[in-house]
Amino acid sequence: MSGLLGDTAAFVGDNVGLLVQRILEHVQLSVISLVIAMLVALPVALVLGHTGRGGFLAINAANVGRALPSLALIAIALPFLGLNDRSTIFALALLGIPPILTNTYVAVREVDRDIIEAARGMGMSGAEIVRGVELPLAAPVMMSGIRTAAVQIVATATLAAVIAGGGLGRFIVDGFATRNNASVVTGAVAVALLTILTELGLGAVERAVTPRGASLTDEPAARRAPSAVPGAAKGGAQ
Amino acid sequence: MEQGDPFFDWGWTTRHLDEVATKIVAHLVLTGLAVGIGLLISLALALLIIRYRWLDGPVTGITGILYTIPSLALFALLVPFWGFSLRTAEVGLVSYTLLILIRNIVAGLRGVPADVREAAVGMGYSPVQVLVRVDLPLALPVIVAGVRIATVTTIGLVTVTAIIGRDNLGQFILEGINQLFSTKIVLGAVLSIALAVAADVLLLGVQWLIAPWVRSRERPA
Repeated sequence: MSGLLGDTAAFVGDNVGLLVQRILEHVQLSVISLVIAMLVALPVALVLGHTGRGGFLAINAANVGRALPSLALIAIALPFLGLNDRSTIFALALLGIPPILTNTYVAVREVDRDIIEAARGMGMSGAEIVRGVELPLAAPVMMSGIRTAAVQIVATATLAAVIAGGGLGRFIVDGFATRNNASVVTGAVAVALLTILTELGLGAVERAVTPRGASLTDEPAARRAPSAVPGAAKGGAQ
Repeated sequence: MEQGDPFFDWGWTTRHLDEVATKIVAHLVLTGLAVGIGLLISLALALLIIRYRWLDGPVTGITGILYTIPSLALFALLVPFWGFSLRTAEVGLVSYTLLILIRNIVAGLRGVPADVREAAVGMGYSPVQVLVRVDLPLALPVIVAGVRIATVTTIGLVTVTAIIGRDNLGQFILEGINQLFSTKIVLGAVLSIALAVAADVLLLGVQWLIAPWVRSRERPA
């Protein structure tokens, strides 16, 4: 495999513009899908967590999500939505929902009942409690669910190329088709880096949203949530 | 997709049952190989982590990074070296099982009560006997819980190996996409999901059988 590194460097040098375009496509697909997943999962999980209903559904969402093969999801949307980005976004958003739903539900349920009683005693309404008490205290664990979803979405967006979509997966799939290893490696390294950056970047956000003073007590909660659904609360492997 | 084409063609399916069966078997073989090899490697690494605590950080870090790399990217990085081979597929699949399996094996072994181990040592058990007759049996429910997650995850990932030429249910999905033939897409997608669910239920049963004492206390995750 002599010269693979050199070939790859040369390939990147010749295709800087295309690389930037593919990265932007990849990020765009991922962001749209993540936003849709959040718009669906967050309200549902907040209501379920606040009322304490539907716990079984919310807790098991992550387990069900793991059983859905990403390639199958992208493909199954195809006959309905066609060979385009809509199929990809549908599948990616669907993949992102379970970890956000499960973590948000767990996060809200884990807010100390005494604090909520105190808030109610102070005369706060249900909506005020959600906004002023449950949301800030639940933020770190919620954020960890959003990070998991984001990592999974960025990783899976690679498969968009299989249904003729854009994104960094194109370098891999086209490289396979034309037996161009430099293209394959370029796509693989770029998408791996993008995934790891997403993980690290959102990890930093997670620490930033942890309320000051709550960080000591919330740290174990943040660790407990993933172990409640082993494997699922950690991103990747899609 | 094509106008007039049924969404799911039962006739085509019944005429190709042999092919369906072959793909299911290939899918299961790829999964079984990956989880089996992953389990052996994880067991060895978990025992090392238990013995040498400092290994915990590096092993978790490295397997965590492997777990984060998108599957197609990991396969793609191996293709220049080993081509579209079984080895490329399995090395990728195995590496995804490690994080889950090691974490559960270590958690299971660490959960064995110290007094139980001491009692075994006091009874004259050798270290190997303690491991085989005390530690592993007591850790088994947590280990099987890990195997369950690893198996379900792997069944999904195996479909991706179709892109690197491995025959399995994912091949139906790819052919369906290329031929714009929705029956194949549905077959590949539904059967791979069904396999994952079946494996999950089967291993839940195993978990229930081997650990009667946790049935009432704990609902397996």
